[in-house]
Amino acid sequence: MHSDPASIQASLRKYFMIGAALLVFTVITVAVNLVHVSSIALAVTVALIIAIMKGSMVAAVFMHLSNEKKWIYGALLLTVIGFAILMAVPKFTLMDSIGKPEPAIGIPEHATGH
Amino acid sequence: MNIPYTVEERPDSGLANGKLGIWLFLASEVMLFGALFSTYIILRTGATEWPHGELSVPLGAINTVLLISSSVTMVMAWAMLKLHNFGKHRWYLIATFVLAGIFLVNKYFEYSDHLTRGEGPWHSTFLAIYFTLTGLHGLHILGGMVVMLYFIGPGAKMWKTNPDQFTNRIEYTGLYWHFVDLVWIFLFPVLYLL
Repeated sequence: MHSDPASIQASLRKYFMIGAALLVFTVITVAVNLVHVSSIALAVTVALIIAIMKGSMVAAVFMHLSNEKKWIYGALLLTVIGFAILMAVPKFTLMDSIGKPEPAIGIPEHATGH
Repeated sequence: MNIPYTVEERPDSGLANGKLGIWLFLASEVMLFGALFSTYIILRTGATEWPHGELSVPLGAINTVLLISSSVTMVMAWAMLKLHNFGKHRWYLIATFVLAGIFLVNKYFEYSDHLTRGEGPWHSTFLAIYFTLTGLHGLHILGGMVVMLYFIGPGAKMWKTNPDQFTNRIEYTGLYWHFVDLVWIFLFPVLYLL
């Protein structure tokens, strides 16, 4: 991260521009919601794409991630892996068979009394 | 004994200890909110029906504008210290604190509106996850405000004795604050719009 006074002075305008862009994206998010999109999947996709764009701008510019040391990127890589696992948990629940009745192996269905 | 590497960078990582510390803390925060977002997905995909339009979109949008504005004022508060302008830094930090306060006041009105209608977390699965996510986020806002208040008040003395360390402390506070803003950027569409 460049932190000498000259580069900081040059960044001030950028901070306000990014702030304005984030506000515009917020307006777009609400506007898209007002337009009744026929597909829910499309509405979810658009809203999440805009949220990801806004989040990336905050992280890259305000949190200075566009120009950080490799140790920070290393910590973030571990975070991304952990976060991806957490987001995959709903998928794991679909694969979970605990509590679901399984057919008895080798016994004809009429013999089990069901 | 002085704590080493509060200002100067460590030779191995190239970072001051506090910088790596706050990023590791934020990593744990991502896990905390990630688990709750994952819970939201499980509850929503498993529900036969999901309420839509129960929350006030204008109020949620205003809160988004407030938090984005507070992120701008926070980064400006840090930038002003780098430019050795403590007076402007103080005003930007106070502005961030005030914007955060307005956010919480809005949240209070939103919560009390639901609760007076008997719509607490017990009312439905949607409201349970809504109160959990926004309540935890609100606690983070409150925590950030306490830290900001300290740096507006007694903590500001450090600027005279050790300006570099004070600047680093404001940077770490800012990183936390931008993270809180980032979480809301995802909470707003997920809870209010979808």
